[in-house]
Amino acid sequence: LGFVALFIAWLAYNLVNDPTDFFNIFLIGLTQGSVYALIALGYTLVYGILQLINFAHGDVFALTGLFSSTLIVSTFSLDETSSALVIVAGLLATFLIAMTFGAIVNSTIEFVAYRRLRSAPRLAVLITAVGMSFIVQNISLAVFDVNFRSVPSLISSADVLSIGGVHYSWQSLFVVLVTTPVLVLLTWLVRSTRQGKAMRATAQDPEASAMMGINVNRTITFTFVLAGGLAGIGAVLFLVEFNIRYDTGFELGLIAFTAAVLGGIGNLSGAVLGAILIGMVQAFNEGPFLWAPGSDWTRSIVFGILIAILVFRPEGLLGERTPEGA
Amino acid sequence: VARRRDRARASVRTYRAGLVRRIGLHEAAAQWRRLPASVQRFSPALGLLALAATYPFYLSSLPSGNVPIIYSFPSVRSAVTILVFTTMAVGLNVVVGYCGLLDLGYVAFYAIGAYTAGWLASGQFQQVRFHFGSVGVTHSANGIHISIWLVLLLAALLTALGGILIGLPTLRLRGDYLAIVTLGFGEIIPQFVRNADSLHGFDLTHGTFGISPIDSPGFGNTLHDAIGLPASYQQDFDADRLFFWTALAILILTIVCCIRLRDSRLGRAWIAIREDETAAGAMGIPLMRTKTWAYAIGAFFGGAAGAYIASFNAGAFPSQFSFNISVFLLCMVILGGMGSIWGVVIAGAILAWLNVEGLANIGTWLNDNIFPASRQIEVAKYQFGIYGVVIVLMMMFRPIGLIPERRRKREIEEADLAGPLDEPVYEMRGADEPGAGERGSGGKAPRG
Repeated sequence: LGFVALFIAWLAYNLVNDPTDFFNIFLIGLTQGSVYALIALGYTLVYGILQLINFAHGDVFALTGLFSSTLIVSTFSLDETSSALVIVAGLLATFLIAMTFGAIVNSTIEFVAYRRLRSAPRLAVLITAVGMSFIVQNISLAVFDVNFRSVPSLISSADVLSIGGVHYSWQSLFVVLVTTPVLVLLTWLVRSTRQGKAMRATAQDPEASAMMGINVNRTITFTFVLAGGLAGIGAVLFLVEFNIRYDTGFELGLIAFTAAVLGGIGNLSGAVLGAILIGMVQAFNEGPFLWAPGSDWTRSIVFGILIAILVFRPEGLLGERTPEGA
Repeated sequence: VARRRDRARASVRTYRAGLVRRIGLHEAAAQWRRLPASVQRFSPALGLLALAATYPFYLSSLPSGNVPIIYSFPSVRSAVTILVFTTMAVGLNVVVGYCGLLDLGYVAFYAIGAYTAGWLASGQFQQVRFHFGSVGVTHSANGIHISIWLVLLLAALLTALGGILIGLPTLRLRGDYLAIVTLGFGEIIPQFVRNADSLHGFDLTHGTFGISPIDSPGFGNTLHDAIGLPASYQQDFDADRLFFWTALAILILTIVCCIRLRDSRLGRAWIAIREDETAAGAMGIPLMRTKTWAYAIGAFFGGAAGAYIASFNAGAFPSQFSFNISVFLLCMVILGGMGSIWGVVIAGAILAWLNVEGLANIGTWLNDNIFPASRQIEVAKYQFGIYGVVIVLMMMFRPIGLIPERRRKREIEEADLAGPLDEPVYEMRGADEPGAGERGSGGKAPRG
């Protein structure tokens, strides 16, 4: 708790010291966090239903990202000079295809690897997940080689608004504009649809839900499809701002997983909250502040947070106590 | 199901017996059985040991280049690395195999061991000059130079301490949470050594360049002159052989320790925890202490192996310590059979060989003999994909490993006999899950 207080004091100091930078960084963190949220939701959804950390998720993300970069660059051949309409249509198509692709890959993994291990000890499934992560990563490597892939900046990085030195670019706005409806839609899907109800029931008690006539296997597949689709959206958004490589997914996956744990794994709104917090932490850490440790230490800090949460509050910020933690 | 399987087993036994009789092996088998029990028990291990120890001598008479599939036998230099990684796998086996704690950050122990060797036996700390039994270093050299033999022990102890420090707060967690925390440490420590080149201006680890050169093991000139022991390995004509035999000695020491530990009170407590943590706790096994010991001992061997390989490579570099190594070591343990020493040793040797030169060699052989020149492949590039496939296939089809430990095999068979109906089809949260035994927390309500 002392650390948290210290951190807040440090933030407050920076706010007073240099408000412009503070808000800029804040917005960067928000954007980063939205992308993380999409990946973190994938972890949380799967964990909620299978109590499995799907290590392969980050690599599915990377594979989808590489795939969509090919789509954008080669298939649709979009670049800065394309007209606005073409860009919008192309991106929309990319989103749809990337979602489908991610969903297919993710549910294939479930079907090939995890389904056979339903009754196996959880450690076995976890180890399998690590193995799958390596396999997917190497598929990316085999297909897309070791180079970084990027796409031309389709969304202009000009400012939407700029108040006294605080800039907010179209790119960032685009990320938030895509993420928000997706999150709303997801919430609706899980809260109000029949399938969502089945998911929640299965997460609570698979046996009882099977007795109630829920097709548990189909529900689990649906969860993986959903997670893969979210990873697809996240991958395209990530591409808009950064470049991607076969092993990008691993690190990003770990960060997103931390976010999911921070928010309370298995809890959807927790994952979003955690992701935005982690995005902030990363942005502030790498920001131009006094005593900011800098990007060399980002990973250490993120994992430090992960360890601290697991040790002191394994249920996360919004989660409930689980037996593994306690 | 059980009856059918028993029948199948019986028929296999009959078939095997017939086969043995037909080729006249039963005479030899009867002879063999008449030997004292101790000879029967130890001779496979001793044979293996003899085969390994004399490897540098008969290597030169083995064919080299274009051997089918493996292309060539590992050089003595590669064999050292293979042995050291096998030692690490045996150490990891204590944590994962005996105690059932999934550790995805074993590379952290390797790193601590290697950097301890770097700190205590190199010119890293220019500010001080401290010599203690070091060999091959002039007396005016700056830095801390302690004899490598002592450094191995110190590194092991320090790493064990590190293991305890990591373990104390985290071992309360179970299963996948623990795996994640260890993974976190496995990521933090390499990043720390990569970045800690100016902690308030103090150069602790020399950043990405790593610490180099690290002193070599050896017995010093006095012993060299008196009884002919090598003065300094690196400067010796047969450096690789010396490193090889020392690595073999370390591996054997580790194996002996692990076997003795397994049969000790502590080892039985570990296995009890692996089988059923809640029951073990209820039987009065101090869970935290026992698990921390597993961590400390696993770390001990990891640290010693790390320090040794740092001395062998004459350097410790942060790029050596990636998450991949942790998974690679885990892969050895899984392939060999969790908890089975011999399985882990053999799987470790095979996988380490694949890693050091095997995959590249197999690739060369395939490219030379099978694939046409137009479609050459690079096997070594996909090595971790191959390990991934190995892990997944093992978990699906043979979770007990290649050479399973007897006790664990029985465990799994019993679980099988009980039939699928006895086990919950899905792991359930809440009431069914063994709760927080050691803390007695009441938070066991099913998630809502």
